[in-house]
Amino acid sequence: MAGSGPAVETADLAKRYGRVRALDGLTMTVERGEVFGLLGPNGAGKTTVVKLLLGLARASGGRGSVLGAPLGDRPTRQRIGYLPELFRYQPWMRAREVLALHCDLSRLPRSEWPAAVDAALDLVGLVDRAEDIVGTFSKGMQQRLGLGVALLGAPDLVILDEPTSALDPVGRNDVRAIIREARERGTTVFLNSHLLTEVERVCDRVAIVDHGHVIEEGRLDDVLGDPGVRVQATGFDETALAALERQFGALRRDGDWLAIQPFDPSQVPDLVAAIVAAGGRVHEVDAGRRSLEERFLALLSKGGDRTEPVP
Amino acid sequence: MITIARLTIREAARRRILWVLLALTIVSVGLTGWGTGALAGLARAEGATELEIRIIVSQILILAAFMFSFILAMTAAFVGAPAIANDLESGVALALLARPIRRSDYLVGRWLGLVAVVAVYAAASGFLEIGAVGLLTGHAPPEPLLAVGFLAAQAVVLLTTALVLGTRIPAIAAGAVCVVLFGLSWMAGVFAGVARAFDADALAAVSDAARWLFPSDGLWRGVVFGLEPPLVAIVASGNEIGEANPFFAFAPPPPAFIAWSLLWIAGALAVAVWSLERREV
Repeated sequence: MAGSGPAVETADLAKRYGRVRALDGLTMTVERGEVFGLLGPNGAGKTTVVKLLLGLARASGGRGSVLGAPLGDRPTRQRIGYLPELFRYQPWMRAREVLALHCDLSRLPRSEWPAAVDAALDLVGLVDRAEDIVGTFSKGMQQRLGLGVALLGAPDLVILDEPTSALDPVGRNDVRAIIREARERGTTVFLNSHLLTEVERVCDRVAIVDHGHVIEEGRLDDVLGDPGVRVQATGFDETALAALERQFGALRRDGDWLAIQPFDPSQVPDLVAAIVAAGGRVHEVDAGRRSLEERFLALLSKGGDRTEPVP
Repeated sequence: MITIARLTIREAARRRILWVLLALTIVSVGLTGWGTGALAGLARAEGATELEIRIIVSQILILAAFMFSFILAMTAAFVGAPAIANDLESGVALALLARPIRRSDYLVGRWLGLVAVVAVYAAASGFLEIGAVGLLTGHAPPEPLLAVGFLAAQAVVLLTTALVLGTRIPAIAAGAVCVVLFGLSWMAGVFAGVARAFDADALAAVSDAARWLFPSDGLWRGVVFGLEPPLVAIVASGNEIGEANPFFAFAPPPPAFIAWSLLWIAGALAVAVWSLERREV
């Protein structure tokens, strides 16, 4: 991949629409070759970030770079593929023609167009519909076409804004495979999504954005934190509880549920045996890491309104 | 820019509306040509002189040209207005403008493509009508090229206005504003003529200013002049009321007005580029 340094870097990036702050000092870094997920609730500013990166909107403050160039740099956009959240392509064109148009617009040498178009059609599973009019496509097929447009000519950076919003489970699985293939080729993927399980399955790093700024950023493992365990148990007293705490670490009690974090999952049989030995009955064990959804909700529970007027 | 212009022409060619319009145009040409021929035959049977017949036919041809000018202006407005506005509203522009193209290239490309479509339609409708009338009555206007040129230029004024407005307001609103401006400009032309005939200098000045502000009516007078036999101008010379008639022209638009119209189109295009550059997509 050409160039060095991060694929995307922003510092104190701000965007105001009238009196509303869409972005409020957003700082994040996307390394080259990684799959990066930008998460956030509706109205958190995710799509605004994407538009600023591509120069479709102008920042009100702060700075940023994409592939080493300032935000919106025109020649750099030649190396970026983009699937908009509001994906819509010329309804009167054939799928193959839409892809050829984008080959032209992204200044791919004409001799490479046929191979690039065929590769994109194959990648998104539209070979059989290549000659069909886009206006006859379902939303899911249009989104597949948009994905093909974004991946045309093997760009260095692919920005996907909610890439599976119109897809069925099979389509979502295909998109995950496509993203993984892109990463293997060394392409940086910037994934903007609120579908947390999607992000959890494909992203190397994530940033959670709320109220227009990043509230958590890091490798997925770091964001999710240490593994823990939750046990639903009854029939033991406070003395037994203190003994468990001494053996396994601090306990958190919520009704019948006991929670320990951090907790080595290999110790689950020992924990169950200790509860039973103390006279308790174990009804359910939930061992492992917190899901991204739990972490996401925990982080957002501190938040308030989605947008704030400028004072 | 050329890519976008080609895309626009292909889009126009693929959309059914243009072909429907062309089919209706051919039907209109057939009907008006047949009607004019029938009227000329009737006049001959009634003993009208060839000069009188020529004057009648030329006036009918000018009325037919006005019909096509109106259709062309409306087509330009309602094709130009959504060209940018619908791309922005539907999201098509997101994928296009994220590519390494200048917004000015996108806008001027759209404009060039639409100008080509409008020019082809103006030429097709104008020459077909002139040809049909000539075939059925023997009447040939003195400056058919000039008339068709002004017909296309008038449509380009409407098209460019629609494009400018379409960068900021929804397509339907942009189209409606263009129709109103077209009507106002035409009325300003009538008012200017009437005011001059009655020596109402202040009203004439205001109406003239309005015609320069939006030059569609001034260009329409060029169409009339191109279709009008010189004889009619000679006969009508000295008749000031004639100048108030929107279907009559003593002289072609002056070179200063033609230059201004070209400058006006270029200026409007520059405003459209400026507006789109500042627009957040």
